[in-house]
This record gives sequence, C-alpha cells and structure tokens, in this order.
Amino acid sequence: MKRLSRFRRHRAVAPLLLVLALFSIGTTFSVAGASTGSPLTAAEKSALIDEGQRIFLKGCSSCHGLNAEGAAIAPSLIGVGAASVDFQVATGRMPVADMSQQIARKDPVYNEKEVEALAAYVSSLAPGPGIPGEEHLNYERDGSTAEGGELFRTNCAMCHNFAGQGGALTQGKYAPTVMGVTPRHIYEAMVTGPQSMPVFSDKTITPEEKLSIIKWIKAAENEPQLGGAALGRVGPVTEGLLVWTLGLGMLVGVAVWLAMKAR
Amino acid sequence: MSNEIEAIKDPGLPAHVHRRADTDPKAAKKAERQVAILFLLSSLGTITLIGAYIFIPQDVFIFFPVLGNTNAHQLFLGLGMAASLFFIGMGAIHWAKTLMPDEEVVIQRHEFRSPDEDRADFVRTAKEGAAAAGLGRRSLIKRSLGLSLGLAGLSPLILLRDLGPLPGDSLTKTSWKAGTRLVTDPGDRPIRPEDMEVGAVAQTLPEIAPGAHRKLSDIAKDAVLLIRLRPEEFNLDAERLSWTHEGIIAFSKICSHMGCAVALYEQQTKHLLCPCHQSTFDVTRAAKVIFGPSARPLPQLAIKVDSEGYLVAQSPFNEPVGPSFWERSS
Repeated sequence: MKRLSRFRRHRAVAPLLLVLALFSIGTTFSVAGASTGSPLTAAEKSALIDEGQRIFLKGCSSCHGLNAEGAAIAPSLIGVGAASVDFQVATGRMPVADMSQQIARKDPVYNEKEVEALAAYVSSLAPGPGIPGEEHLNYERDGSTAEGGELFRTNCAMCHNFAGQGGALTQGKYAPTVMGVTPRHIYEAMVTGPQSMPVFSDKTITPEEKLSIIKWIKAAENEPQLGGAALGRVGPVTEGLLVWTLGLGMLVGVAVWLAMKAR
Repeated sequence: MSNEIEAIKDPGLPAHVHRRADTDPKAAKKAERQVAILFLLSSLGTITLIGAYIFIPQDVFIFFPVLGNTNAHQLFLGLGMAASLFFIGMGAIHWAKTLMPDEEVVIQRHEFRSPDEDRADFVRTAKEGAAAAGLGRRSLIKRSLGLSLGLAGLSPLILLRDLGPLPGDSLTKTSWKAGTRLVTDPGDRPIRPEDMEVGAVAQTLPEIAPGAHRKLSDIAKDAVLLIRLRPEEFNLDAERLSWTHEGIIAFSKICSHMGCAVALYEQQTKHLLCPCHQSTFDVTRAAKVIFGPSARPLPQLAIKVDSEGYLVAQSPFNEPVGPSFWERSS
C-alpha cells in the first residue's frame, strides 16, 4: 500500500483513474444492460442478421425456402417473430430429425449465439412476437401460483394433463410434458403457438397471467412426492394398471397358496 | 331290465392322508421353526415401521427400482406395515396348515326349533315385562310413542323430494342472450376481435354483473371456446358464416356426446378433440363430427361486435348444448 501511495501524485494517475472509472461504468452498464436485452448498435445488428441469414441458408432454406417464404413441406417464416425461432431452435425441435407426425424436443443443434442470429434474421423479415427478456420473466415476483393453477386448468390442462405431464392428441400427435421447460420457452410457446398448440394472446391471457401459469408449472415441477411413488402423475391410468397387475397378481398368488394342501 | 335309477352311493370320506409333520417329529420341528421365522419377520416389519416413523425425516428421497425417486419415510412406513401384517397372517396359516390337527370330524346337524318350554318361557317373560312397564294402562305414553315412531318412519319420504324438481328448460337454455359480452375465463375481461391473433383461442363465459357469482351448474352449460382462423379457411354456408366475425368462430365447449369440455384445439389441422372419447370436430366446417362417437356438431354461438367494439353474442344458442336427453327435439 505504501509503495503504491508513493505514486499518488504521478502524472499518469489522473488519466489512469479516468480510464479505470470509464471502464468500470461501461462494464457496469453492459452487465446491467445485458439482462434488459443489450441494445445493439445498428452495425452489430446488421452483422447479426447477416450471420443469421448465413446459418439460415445453410441449415433451414432447403425446407423453408431461400427467403423463408415456405414450401410444400414447411411453412413460411415471414412474421413468425424471434420468439418462435427461439422456441423451435433452442428446444431442438428445429431443424427436424425426421418428418413424422410430431416434431419432438431434442438436444439443440445450434448454440445460443447461433439461435440469436437466426432469430434476428427471421424477425428482420417481418415483425412478430419478440423473445421475452429476463425482466419480463420474473415469475417468482410477478406471478401467483393459485391464479396460475386456475388458468392452467382452464386453458392448458385439457392437452397438457392436469399435472402438466402431457397427453395424447389425434393421429399420433401429442402435447408434450411441460416439466423441465425453461420459463422463456413456456412463455414463447404460449405467444407463438408452435405446431398443434394454439396462440394465447396477451389480451386474453395477460403477460402477468402467463407468468402465473409459469409459476404454477414450476411449483408443480418442484412438488415433493410425499405420498410415495408418483407413478408418472397421470392419474388413474397408471394407478389402475399397478393395482390390476401387481396388486391383484399378489392377491391371486396368496389365494393359491392359501388353498394349497400341506404335505 | 329295470328302469329304476340306481341311487348313487355315499362315497364317504377319502382315507385320511397324514402330513409329514404328523408322522415325522423332525418335519414337525422344521415346520415349527418356519412358523416362528414368519412371526419374527412380522416383528421386524413392525420395528421397521416404528424406526421409519421416528428416524427417517419426511423429506428424504431415495431411488427405488421400478418406482423411481421415492419418499423414504413413506416407503419404509408402508413396507414395515405391510410386512408386519402380512407375515402374522402367513405364519398363522402356515401353522394351521402344517401343525394344527387336520383330521376330518363329522358334526351332525341339530334341530333349529327351540324346545316348547323355552318358547312358552319367552312369551311369559315378554308379557310380564309389558305389564310391568304399564303399556296397557298408560295410554298417553303409548300414543305419543306411536306418534314419534310413525313420524320418524315418514321422514325418509321427505328426502324423496330430492329426486325433483323436473329440469324444466334448464337443459335447453343457457345464460347467453342477444348482446351478452364474451369475457375471458378466468379474468372476466371482455374481448375485442383485435385481441386475438390468427391461430389464437380464448376460453370464455357470458359476462355477469360486477360482484355477481357464477353457479357451477351455469358454467357447465355456458363455457364457450373462441377460435380465430383466416376467414378464407372457413367452409361454411352463408348463415353460419354470418355467425362468425372476421375469422373468429365460437363453439360451445360442452361435448355433444357426453358433456366433457372440448377444448383440445389443434391449430394446424383445425380440429377440436374431446379428451374423453376422442370425438373430433372440424372447426372449418362448423364443428362437423369427423371421428368418434358424437352424433352432432358442437352448437355454434353467433357472435358480432357491439358499439364499443367488444365481442357479443348475436342471439342465444339455437339448440340445446351438451349431450342428448329424452325430451330433446333434434
């Protein structure tokens, strides 16, 4: 400390301190600003869009068309918005592995940076729902579990099951489980309506109500199974299966043993 | 040759076969040990139960094959109690089967009728008791007792009232009237057409006065699903098309088969699916049944916008919602 204080009147101190102060203010802003969606400069933005277009032409255009205009096998992406791209690509649904009834969730092919570039490119084609920022996803603060449960039972439970475990639709399609899905992706699914799912508009289910639904889903996810085995939490189907096979099987075994004559 | 049927002879009891434990003291000793082991297993089960209750915290989870991640406290309580009860029974039965006497014994049936003197004795005692209670003399008690017993016997008849009243028009009428606003369920917010993007759905109920309370039996009839399509996707006749508004179409959510809530809307195929029996309705063709047991399309609610721009019903439903009933005309 003493050695350092010898230099306190040095010529270079003032400029150095100035640089240090500017640097710390800059980083503070960029760190704080990152959570509110870092505002990109026009040049950065167009670079990102170019990068996204490059990835799109390589990985997506064979189905969605060179200008994302769609084709017989894939829909147009004009106006689907960044939220749709983020949901489809970041959950691994796109690019598809095979053209079956349902495009399933899998390990994502593109990393976060590439997804961001793709989203920037697709949203540059026409405006659409944007990716919700972290500050819009504070479900712990802005949501209500009880209200979320009521909304979930009216709007979501018919397809995704009353405990969010997913369920069957027609002809091999299904509503996937909502357990283990990030809040951002749940939000984007409600706003964009991927695959069979309809859109839940911000006026019919407000953003706060969407956060309540997310809060309820997270509460259901973390619910301790104090009652013993949960059996998939899909209700009477698995419970009945277990009782009718294991339970009755054991009873039949005991009945046979009871009636057996001792030798 | 005689036509007489030969009576089947009583074959009697088969010769008694001794068990090994009856004849071999070594086998008997072994069976005794087996029974004791079963009872000991039961004791171990009870000790597990008590131990699990005292020592295993309620929030400990362990991995158990087949069942997966399971709460240890509940698991060992259950296993302990199961072993505790099951092995008592198993031990007792094994004891009875191997060691308790198993010689067949014949007990002849006796006559059920009591001897005459016992019967006369009973009648005499009953008469003496009635006389001592003064039932003959104290007519006030006798009559009031008769009244109370008679009324008590009548009371169940009152409960038969619960079989009624007849449903009246409650099966054919819903709360929808001309001009009733569609409000979100839950939330009770009126909806403008521009609030819904193409591909959006909304669960709605008829608007009620502020502070009023909805009856569950009303919600069960009034629930309506709003769906927005591109107007050119509709394949409707002119009348039904006039019941939609800018691509927004409204259907009763109550399945015309068994009354489940039909709200599984597949956005890509424009099909509505009932989760109970897989009846599938084509939204573009006025909810025509394309698969499943339902006999009728879902009733369509005619909608328009009011002067303030909110979606309202043009008129009540033109047919009863929900499943068939005897008095239904169509």
